[in-house]
Order: sequence, then structure tokens, then C-alpha cells
Amino acid sequence: MTTPSVVPVPGPPPNDEVELLLRLGDDRLVLGHRLSEWCGHAPILEEDIALANVALDLLGQATLFLRRAGAVEGKGRDEDALAYFREAVEFRNCLLVEQPNGDFGFTIARQFLFDVHAVVTLDALSRSTNAEIAALAAKSLKEAKYHVRHSGEWMLKLGDGTDESHRRVQRALDELWRFTPELFVADGVAARLAVQGVAPDLPALRAQWETIVRDVVDRATLTLPHESMHSPHLRGGRTGMHSEHLGHMLAEMQIVARSHPGAKW
Amino acid sequence: MSGTSATPLSRDEILAVLDTVMDPEVPVLSVRELGIVRDVSVDAGGAVVVTVTPTYSGCPAIRVIEQDIESALHEAGIADVRIQTVYSPAWTSDWIPAEARAKLKAYGIAPPSPSVTGDLVQLLRAPRTPQCPYCDSRDTEVRSEFGSTACKSICWCRSCGQPFEEFKGI
Repeated sequence: MTTPSVVPVPGPPPNDEVELLLRLGDDRLVLGHRLSEWCGHAPILEEDIALANVALDLLGQATLFLRRAGAVEGKGRDEDALAYFREAVEFRNCLLVEQPNGDFGFTIARQFLFDVHAVVTLDALSRSTNAEIAALAAKSLKEAKYHVRHSGEWMLKLGDGTDESHRRVQRALDELWRFTPELFVADGVAARLAVQGVAPDLPALRAQWETIVRDVVDRATLTLPHESMHSPHLRGGRTGMHSEHLGHMLAEMQIVARSHPGAKW
Repeated sequence: MSGTSATPLSRDEILAVLDTVMDPEVPVLSVRELGIVRDVSVDAGGAVVVTVTPTYSGCPAIRVIEQDIESALHEAGIADVRIQTVYSPAWTSDWIPAEARAKLKAYGIAPPSPSVTGDLVQLLRAPRTPQCPYCDSRDTEVRSEFGSTACKSICWCRSCGQPFEEFKGI
């Protein structure tokens, strides 16, 4: 068997910086929208307010990252164009954040796994050689630390709560665990950016993430899922290969902007 | 402030006008006391440029704050006003000065604790007990990290039985 020769891909080279900004922005846009679905439905008033507040922070962060992505891309797309007029295959969010809300325990577990990832990632990005990215990361990091305190507290309350709450949040952890390897996969974009010092070495962040996750999971009397709960197939969000859930979510999120293009409100 | 300008007001006078622009959600503090206004200058075209740093990424009040700043300066006789947003250094509640903290406390909002730094595992292990703005007790608990606005949490004082809000330290 001969080694296939490398065929150059036609068209402009992918812009790694834009890709990184889209990943950061889309994670937050999609998760922010998911959390906003809880508005008016959360189990207690304080949580209704809390989830809506986190959603607002995430949408605000998404605005900053997507606006920057549009500016660097230079095709005249602003944050609204990127949020409302891209198809699912053009979104670069991880699969974890697009998973439907499930019950409150599932939403909290999803949030906790993401929040810890956000803190370790943004902390590293705040030292990026790209000054714009470093500034946006430093700002978002302050909010992410607040978010993880919220979701971490709830992991303790639910895990170390009633038999029912323990069972549900453990089930959520087990179901969501397979989406976590994707958070630390260094594909070509991530690897090149790491070499330039623009973005952190993702595999190296994983240990930091797991230390924090494990500490809370242990104290919550929960069990960290075994490695075998990872599936090698559940990734692809960073290249636009999403679960079926994203398209449904985008249909709802984008319908007003697409029905009334150019409308201001 | 540098350069010559058509503005009828001095830098100090402009800052004094900005001292009257209150935060829409915490009306005892001005946008300067909150640290949102970072600088005032005049650009080449003679416009007064107010540099602002937003508090929270998703704070819905920022647009209102920008409009309030523009309106106040227009009313003071400055026609050409431009708002410039900078994100670095990121806004921190550490910028709120001591006098403003006293105003918050008198308004019934516990002033912010120093912004969060250090090891995240320890951060998640440390319980927070903000000082009650009514009776000064530390025998308190945070009921919810999120309150009526992005910048506040909801707390409860075990000593005097009073619920209160805390300005978050970020």
C-alpha cells in the first residue's frame, strides 16, 4: 500500500484565529440559549433568576467573541449575522452545550462540567499572545468563576441531597461524560494556536479540569464516571458535525431574525 | 484632556457632570464611582470621548448607561459626544472606592468583597459569609449567587433575620 500524496485544499486557508473565536463564541451562544429555555420553568424562583443571569452573561460573552470573529474575518459579518444567519454545520460549539436541558440535575451537571472547562480555558487564554483574545478572556473569566461557584454548589446540594436528587445527578454525569473528551481535543487549529502561544495546550488543561471536577464530585458523594464511559465517536462539534439537537435549537433561535431580516428591536 | 476643543466645559466640569449620572440599577452610585467611566478626552474632531468599561458582559443596563452619559453631556451644552468601550483591563468591583462602599451599605447592599483570585479548588471549598449591612454580623449565608441584577447576590443574616443583597466581588 502506498502513502497517498498530500493534495492541497483549494480556496483560502482557514483562519485559525477566527476558528478559535467562533468556538469560544458558539459555546457560549448555544449554552446561553439553552439556559434561557429555563426562564419561567426553574424549580424555584432563585434558580429561575440564577439560570437567566448565567444565560445573560454567556450571551454577553458570545457577543464579544463573535463580534471579534466577524472583525478578524473581514467579510462584514457582525455578531448578529454570525448568530442568526449561519447553518448548524457552520457552528463550532462543542456537543456538550447543545444537549437538551433534561431535568434540573442534568442542566446543573452540564453547566458544572462546562463552567470548570470555561475557567481553566479562559484563565489560560487571559495570557494569550493575542492581546484582544487575552482581554476578552480575562473579562469572561471573572464571570466564569462566579458561574462555577453556582453550579458547583448545586452539584453538592443535589449529589449530597436526597436519594432521588443523587440518583438523577449521577445519571446526568454518566450520560454527559462522553461529551467531555471533545473539550480537550487538540485538532489542527488548536495545535497551531498552541504553538503560537495564542491558545493553551488543550490536552494539558484536561488534568487541571479533572482535579477541580473530581474534588466537587467526591464531596458531592457522587462517582466520577469511568474512562470507559467516553465514546470516541462523540465529537465533531468543532468542525460542524453536530447532534440533531442543535438544528432544532437554532430553528427556534433564528426564526425571528430570519423572518424579518434587518429588523431592529 | 488634550488639544483644543469646542467644548465649553473643562475636564473637571465634565467629570462633575458624570458624577450626576447614576447607575440605573444601583441608583446610589454614579457611573464614575462604579468605575465604569475610565477616562474623558477630546478627539481630533473636537468630540468629547468618554471611555467606558462595562461591568458584566451581559449587563442589560450598559446601553441605558451610555445613553444617560450622552444625555447628561448634551444637557450640559456638549453637542458632540462619543462613547468608546474598552475591555482591558477588565472591570473589577475592586475599583469601587471606600466612600461609594459606604453608600452601598447605607442603601442596604453589602459592599463587594475583594475580587476572587487563587486556586479554584479552594475557591469552591470556601463558604462565603458577607457582612450583613444592617447589623454587621458575619453569621450570614449566601442564598443565591444571583439576585435581581447581574451584579448582586441574595443573602440572609442569621443574627437579625434580615434578607439582604450583596454586591458581587469580581
